[in-house]
Amino acid sequence: MTTLSLDAEALYTELLSGVRSLVRPDTVLVGIWSGGAWLAERLHADLGLQGAAGVISSTLHRDDFSARGLAGGGDATRLPFSIDDAKILLIDDVLFTGRTIRAVVNELFDFGRPRSVDLAVLVDRGGRELPIQASFAAAKVTLPPEQRLTLARSPEGRFVFSFKAKP
Amino acid sequence: MLSRHNPQLNANGELIHLLSIDGLPRDVMTHILDTAGTFLSVNDREVKKVPLLRGKSVFNLFFENSTRTRTTFEIAAKRLSADVINLDIARSSTAKGESLLDTIANLSAMHADMFVVRHSESGAPYLIARHCAPHVHVVNAGDGRHAHPTQGLLDMYAIRHYKRDFAQLSVAIVGDIVHSRVARSDIHALTTLGVPDIRAVGPRTLVPGDLGEMGVRVCHDMGEGIRGADVIIMLRLQNERMSGAMLPSAGEFSKTFGLTPAKLALAKADAIVMHPGPINRGVEIDSSVADGSHSVILPQVTFGIAVRMAVMSIIAGNEA
Repeated sequence: MTTLSLDAEALYTELLSGVRSLVRPDTVLVGIWSGGAWLAERLHADLGLQGAAGVISSTLHRDDFSARGLAGGGDATRLPFSIDDAKILLIDDVLFTGRTIRAVVNELFDFGRPRSVDLAVLVDRGGRELPIQASFAAAKVTLPPEQRLTLARSPEGRFVFSFKAKP
Repeated sequence: MLSRHNPQLNANGELIHLLSIDGLPRDVMTHILDTAGTFLSVNDREVKKVPLLRGKSVFNLFFENSTRTRTTFEIAAKRLSADVINLDIARSSTAKGESLLDTIANLSAMHADMFVVRHSESGAPYLIARHCAPHVHVVNAGDGRHAHPTQGLLDMYAIRHYKRDFAQLSVAIVGDIVHSRVARSDIHALTTLGVPDIRAVGPRTLVPGDLGEMGVRVCHDMGEGIRGADVIIMLRLQNERMSGAMLPSAGEFSKTFGLTPAKLALAKADAIVMHPGPINRGVEIDSSVADGSHSVILPQVTFGIAVRMAVMSIIAGNEA
């Protein structure tokens, strides 16, 4: 158990204002499956952007495939716009080692050549293993490596963090 | 054949080889079909390749010729970024007298990670799976009359794609059932997935009555066999069977069991027609049916690549 509490809804408000300052008229939001996709969907609506937000999955490009096998979400990628020359803002719930972001950027390039790719997250929990950073993080915390932090969404659409120790 | 010990699964019940559909648990089969759905979308990308098998070597060992099956395995492995080595064994070392296990030992010394095996002897892929190193995986691409599991799985993918649910279906398999490893794999798969009505349709010489033991209804009358069917799987009439007095003639077979528009009209209005290929137009299937609106023969080929990608990526991700 942990004494740390993260109010996901309050952090979402922070994220919304952070993303608003990053978004240009031609920016498209792409949420990382699954938590980031929920965030991108809500941000897209709250910012009044045109069209629909994209969803991207890291599954097919993960570097831990040989150890973990094929995880879920392989068919989650939905990019309802052209990637070529697009200014993409990736959205994720938790930034940790950076390996998911590496995989997702590779996945993105399977669909075309974006002009730029940026990243905004709800929580940056430290522990990076790759030279990757977010342009905006609503909160920065330090958690022990065995602590698992995941975003959940209630049936009413409210966000809440769940903390679990890794099995 | 597979009783208590199933060599396809590891201690955790995960798939490490694909040798036969017989003995494949339903959840493993469903997982393969779901994963295939993932890979189908890879075909729509600008880069039709994912790196799951990057750095792995897949050896296609075809002791029996089959250009089409070998090609679909090759495409599937390449879309997973594997290095693919095609060995036309029928014309090489075995012709010089090398034993199967010596061939495998030599190829293992070349650091093979996966063998895709087609062999005229039933059970050859089992023998290889039993003797290869623990990190090496084996896929049966057709062994004798025994099994052709990836064909069975792609047939199930096609049926699920068009019919959604297996629980209410009537499926007719028509033609040379007795010699067909495709029919055998399909029957096992349909049974595992809970299809209540499976019919084996054909002449007595090609559809023996004791097939009923596999849980299928044997029909020697074509009309009875396909009436009300949701799915019709036509099998290729193998010319080599004509010689052994199993059939009077191809023309005779065609007249009685060939699928024509008139016979197809007996099936459900939204029935689908499948065929593992290559088709003999005018023998087991009329051209107008093969090219008609009920036919899903070409989508089967596309699904086949996705299913083979799913099988290879799942077994490569599991340890013995």
